[in-house]
Amino acid sequence: MKSTLNIAIRYTLVTTVLLGIVYPLVVTGLAQLTMKNKANGQLIVQDGQVIGSAIIGQGFTSDRYFHSRPSAAGSGYDAQNSGGSNLAQSNKALETRIDSDVAAWQKKIPGKPVPIGLVTTSGSGLDPDISPEGALYQVPVVAAARHLPEATVRALVESHIEGRQLGFLGEPRVNVLELNLALDQLASAK
Amino acid sequence: MTANGWLQFLIYFVVLLVCMRPLGIYIAGVFSGKYSFLGPLEKAIYRVCGVRDAEEMSWREYAVAMLLFSGVSLVLTYIFERVQLHLPWNPQHLPGVSSLLAWNTAVSFTTNTNWQAYTPETTMSYFTQMVGLAYHNFFSGAVGIAVAIALVRGIARRESKTIGNFWVDTTRACLYVLLPICIVYALALVGQGAIQNLHPYTVAHTLEHQTQTIAQGPVASQEAIKMLGTNGGGFFNANSAHPFENPTPFSNFLEMFSIFLIGAALTVTLGRMTGSPGHGWAVFACMSVLFAAGFTVAYWAEAHPNPTLHGVDQRAGTLQSGGNMEGKETRFGVADSALFATITTDASCGAINSWHDSFTPLGGMVPLTNIMLGEIIFGGVGSGLYGMIIFVVLSVFIAGLMVGRTPEYLGKKIEAFDVKMSMLYVLIFPLVILTLSAISVLCPAGLAGITNPGPHGLSQILYAYSSAAGNNGSAFGGLNANTTWYNTTLGFTMLSGRFLMMIPMLALAGNLARKKSIPPSPGTFPVNTALFTVLLTGVILIVGALTFFPALSLGPILEHLLLQHGTLFS
Repeated sequence: MKSTLNIAIRYTLVTTVLLGIVYPLVVTGLAQLTMKNKANGQLIVQDGQVIGSAIIGQGFTSDRYFHSRPSAAGSGYDAQNSGGSNLAQSNKALETRIDSDVAAWQKKIPGKPVPIGLVTTSGSGLDPDISPEGALYQVPVVAAARHLPEATVRALVESHIEGRQLGFLGEPRVNVLELNLALDQLASAK
Repeated sequence: MTANGWLQFLIYFVVLLVCMRPLGIYIAGVFSGKYSFLGPLEKAIYRVCGVRDAEEMSWREYAVAMLLFSGVSLVLTYIFERVQLHLPWNPQHLPGVSSLLAWNTAVSFTTNTNWQAYTPETTMSYFTQMVGLAYHNFFSGAVGIAVAIALVRGIARRESKTIGNFWVDTTRACLYVLLPICIVYALALVGQGAIQNLHPYTVAHTLEHQTQTIAQGPVASQEAIKMLGTNGGGFFNANSAHPFENPTPFSNFLEMFSIFLIGAALTVTLGRMTGSPGHGWAVFACMSVLFAAGFTVAYWAEAHPNPTLHGVDQRAGTLQSGGNMEGKETRFGVADSALFATITTDASCGAINSWHDSFTPLGGMVPLTNIMLGEIIFGGVGSGLYGMIIFVVLSVFIAGLMVGRTPEYLGKKIEAFDVKMSMLYVLIFPLVILTLSAISVLCPAGLAGITNPGPHGLSQILYAYSSAAGNNGSAFGGLNANTTWYNTTLGFTMLSGRFLMMIPMLALAGNLARKKSIPPSPGTFPVNTALFTVLLTGVILIVGALTFFPALSLGPILEHLLLQHGTLFS
């Protein structure tokens, strides 16, 4: 028993060095050498300033931008506090929240049912994407706020639809930050 | 439900089917000492630690070594958490973790549970995650594989006093199986966009001139072993829903694949090491049937519109996934979320790519039921196989009773001691879950954790204790579990669910190894037929249903019926 305990202690220490330190550092080294941008989170730099990550969502409130989904991460898109609402389908609070978001959308676009993704919080609270349906739905609002023809904005959305990976994996989607950056470029090009 | 959703399920299953056989045969080779390409490293570890690798152990010695190693590594992780402020790789200067939470977390990772009562990005330093937590991801997995192999040896051997050497089995599981796969896998995840760095958090200034602090860290290396070792503890709070942990549908596919890979391969190993490949396939078939059934129910339920919502477009189409999207990511949609939830609870993984608490009542009942059946549908690495073998022993025992013969399993007579150990295993599990859930719904400290009122509150508590006892680690995440009551009782539950079940398991292994082998006779119930698969599936469902149906009917089933009538709770 005593000698087994002795082995257990030594074994823990040796393997901690090997798998706890050497393994992650080797992977970090290889990743930094071969895929630095991805390993560092695909940060987007504009005018010398980091404006976000290409795969981390951020909140938008202005009508000039396409909106991301509602977020339950911290006070919204808090990227050091990821998480979901964890509200049950039978929880009145969920229905109340969705109803109020639906009302807000329908004030801007009367009569049209709101795509479910735009009134539900995501798993991470940092969802970088919305569904193509959710993006197309917002076209009239953004076009009006930017004084652009709807067809132009719609074409921009359509060019940003990312299909299923390998043709069958996951769901089609639109990256909101990339779409909004393209929208800004469109405006500055004019 | 869409055709594409089913296609994803089908392709997933076929890829698993193709890959499990070569890996299973390789694993059988690893544990019979066939490979030595890492020989110098392996021998160096034995020499430094004083392991006498040529000597085998009795089941008691094996159990003692397993317990002492688990104990020592648990204490070390506890210490790391407490003093992380004074250790390297803590760029955010996160303070030491409070004692109760540190205890809960150390237990959680040592037992392969990875229950997380904290938000990692604001609680754990990179050092704690890498050296404390990811370390246990390797070893809780390796120990599970070792114990399963010991049990398989017990079945295969005749008149043997020993069942293998714990240190050798654990080391080989790590070096020859987990580590090589993880290095390749981690880099593949980085290729998809999972991050891997030791930088401080990034401060970004968003398009609308807000400040967004983006958490960083050595994620991919931890993610790989988190999934492959069916651990499930997220680097971030949102776990595999977080874009840095699971950036694309393809990374999601890899993660789901790696949860089942070793569990499925071990059924091949079982067939191989016991000289009865057909038996391995019969067990695999039983697991596959239960897996498909779980996915079907979860997918159907999640694709259904919520009847209480108005003014919302919930239809599935080519431009949106539709269905219940609360707590789900756009890139995964309903199909991949339901599939992930089914897989992560069939196995004892517990990683999530969507929040089970926000699933529809029946959709959420699938993960809960999967855990309650004992996580034997492919299961945790190792623990799934030995849990399944318990049900195999019960099945041949019941078949024996039906025809009035002493039951046999692969040439071994199943006698009173074996059935007692199996029953102990089967009984400890619901005893812990139901007793503690019952106490929790009766005491204020337990009730205080509930965040979703009505029947769903009971589901939250049931889920927590099932997850802890099953060493799963997923949660109905709304439950506020970082309290004295839950940290303490869930810690105890995780320890019971791991060690009180591993010890009868090793006793069974030792007892089986000791026995003579008897040749099959016309009265022997064959364990490699479709009939056996049906019987085994029946036994699992009956044991599970009899034990947990009353509790489930008061939780998710009641919630479903009320929700269909538009009843909400506040």
